[in-house]
Amino acid sequence: MYACRIRDLTKEYVLKSETVRALRGVSFDVPEGDYVAIMGPSGSGKSTLLNLLGCLDQATSGELYLGEDNVSLMSDDELAEIRSRRIGFVFQSYNLIQQLTVVENIQVPLYYQGRLGPKERQRCIELAERVGLGDRLDHRPAQLSGGQQQRVAIARSLVNDPYFILADEATGNLDSKTTAEILALFDELNEDGRTIIMVTHEDEVAERAKRVIRLRDGLLQSDEQNDPEERKAAAARALELVPSELA
Amino acid sequence: MLWLRTLKLGVKSLLLHPLRSLLTVLGIFIGVASVIWLLAISEGISREAQRQIESLGADTIMIRSVEPPSDKLAPSGVTPYGLTREEFDMLVRTIPSLRTAVPIREIKRTFKYKDRQLEGRLVGSTPDYADVTRLEVDRGHFITDAENFLREPVCVLASEVAAKLFPYEDPIGKRIYLPEHTDYYRVVGVLKFRNDSAAIGGSMEAQSFRDDIYIPIKTLQQRIGDTVVRRAGASFSGERIELNQITLTVQSLEDVKPTAALVENALRHHDEMEDIRVVVPLELLEQAQTTRMMFMVFMGLVAAISLLVGGIGIMNIMLATVTERTREIGIRRALGAKRRDIINQFLVEAAVLSVLGGITGILAGILCRPVVVLVRDLVAKAYPDTMAALPEVVRNVTPTIVPISIPIAFFISLLVGIVFGLFPAVRAAQMNPIEALRHE
Repeated sequence: MYACRIRDLTKEYVLKSETVRALRGVSFDVPEGDYVAIMGPSGSGKSTLLNLLGCLDQATSGELYLGEDNVSLMSDDELAEIRSRRIGFVFQSYNLIQQLTVVENIQVPLYYQGRLGPKERQRCIELAERVGLGDRLDHRPAQLSGGQQQRVAIARSLVNDPYFILADEATGNLDSKTTAEILALFDELNEDGRTIIMVTHEDEVAERAKRVIRLRDGLLQSDEQNDPEERKAAAARALELVPSELA
Repeated sequence: MLWLRTLKLGVKSLLLHPLRSLLTVLGIFIGVASVIWLLAISEGISREAQRQIESLGADTIMIRSVEPPSDKLAPSGVTPYGLTREEFDMLVRTIPSLRTAVPIREIKRTFKYKDRQLEGRLVGSTPDYADVTRLEVDRGHFITDAENFLREPVCVLASEVAAKLFPYEDPIGKRIYLPEHTDYYRVVGVLKFRNDSAAIGGSMEAQSFRDDIYIPIKTLQQRIGDTVVRRAGASFSGERIELNQITLTVQSLEDVKPTAALVENALRHHDEMEDIRVVVPLELLEQAQTTRMMFMVFMGLVAAISLLVGGIGIMNIMLATVTERTREIGIRRALGAKRRDIINQFLVEAAVLSVLGGITGILAGILCRPVVVLVRDLVAKAYPDTMAALPEVVRNVTPTIVPISIPIAFFISLLVGIVFGLFPAVRAAQMNPIEALRHE
């Protein structure tokens, strides 16, 4: 089973009567349980790819399957539906809603599915506990540290049981210690069978993934598996920064 | 369930800026309260006017003698003017639609009983007078046809006259003295209290029935006559009138206008002297109703403008809110909110603002009556002269809340919220989620 399959995907923008070809035909598959880092310099098309994978935008041509759904043919409302049911976003700037508590923030994707019962709330509480925020359930984002906010965002990305977690520079705003914690959490989630696609420009983040896809000028430049041994070594290096109780 | 959550969320978002929300609510509050207040006050005024006109009787036609302009009077002596008994008989004989016809003669006189004395109005009329002016007998009886026919020196007292001249004794059977005519009248009846009738702008003075003594018109004609001389210091003034007023009542309301036309036609010869005036309360009533409608439309317009201003306030705030929360909109869209969900969210916020203003406005509207009455009474106490200068209907204004205005005000406030909230909400929903997410 594949979390997503991409076939010859292109995307063109019109900027001041000039056509920008952000993606020029990209194809790859992400099997379930994979952990992919997408890298590339700015202008390589990685943000565009992320937007397409996140169903925030529609491709000019090509096909994009999430699970069995052909997303490239969907309407705006159907895309919103897919986002709420099948994608877990984790953003660089956390993107929590300020007026909601931790639990309510985790619940937002369920809210747009109309799932509001006590069972759902219980699930949100469990997820908050899963990311280590069991004692912060009724706090608001402003009362949390950056790392804690990103944990809330991760819990939120898990709430709808998505095809994959789509992380956009998820550690970009965090110090190296907190980065290590968050990446350790991603490792755990991946071991639990979660598929993770992350966009990053940092090598030490990318080397934690199982697979690195590099883009350049809207084309796939390389698609390589990381050596499992090197992954472990990188994880061990990162863990030295983390207090012993997490190790 | 979902709506409840949307509502809760809306309230939460509004509470992020409590002062801003409060001020927006205030706009609608003022609009709604003013709708109810203005309608209540105009309803109160027009009801009062209508009540006063109705107390004249919608089925009556009044013909009054009025003093002609001075250039129409003879240079010396007393010029007779006004309605005559002959004309009264002519009207009674020739107009078939009449139910009653009442001749009236009124003279200012002094009344005495023992050492108590009172300036009042001596009214000569027929038994139908009590019916036509809605006087009710308290004790004894009103003047009768027999007394009129026999020209008996009997009289009936208005309740205040009885109270002033006979504070301690029963007036029935006592004799009242008229010093100007060195004459006595025996009291046969006392009336119940009656409210003053309305002044009708320009056509008729307000009538007070407080200081009246009623006697048979034939008695008056025989004992006092048509010419009345008044002495003021060293000068005399006099008037020579047969009848001050003829009050006609018709059999049905449809007869009022044709009969009035007939009467005006029959009395056309008075046009030259300008010494009579025909007053038709029904026409006044209809005029008053037209005026009332115009008043209401005007008031409604004023209130609509204030609601419009309130609505623009809501729109303004919602636009600011949408801009301010662009990021939140992006997040919600990314997490699965459809355009419709975003529209709903902002519409609910706008509706909460306006309905809150609506409900508080309605509460303030209900307080209209006690507040206005209180203010009116306070002003009357503090500035009695200013108050006295105001027209009676304004002096006595008691707002009457128009019941329909409450649900109307509520739905209008809701509508204002939705109409003025829609544009900002649609604008929020039209945002590109990618750009909204990038918004700082």
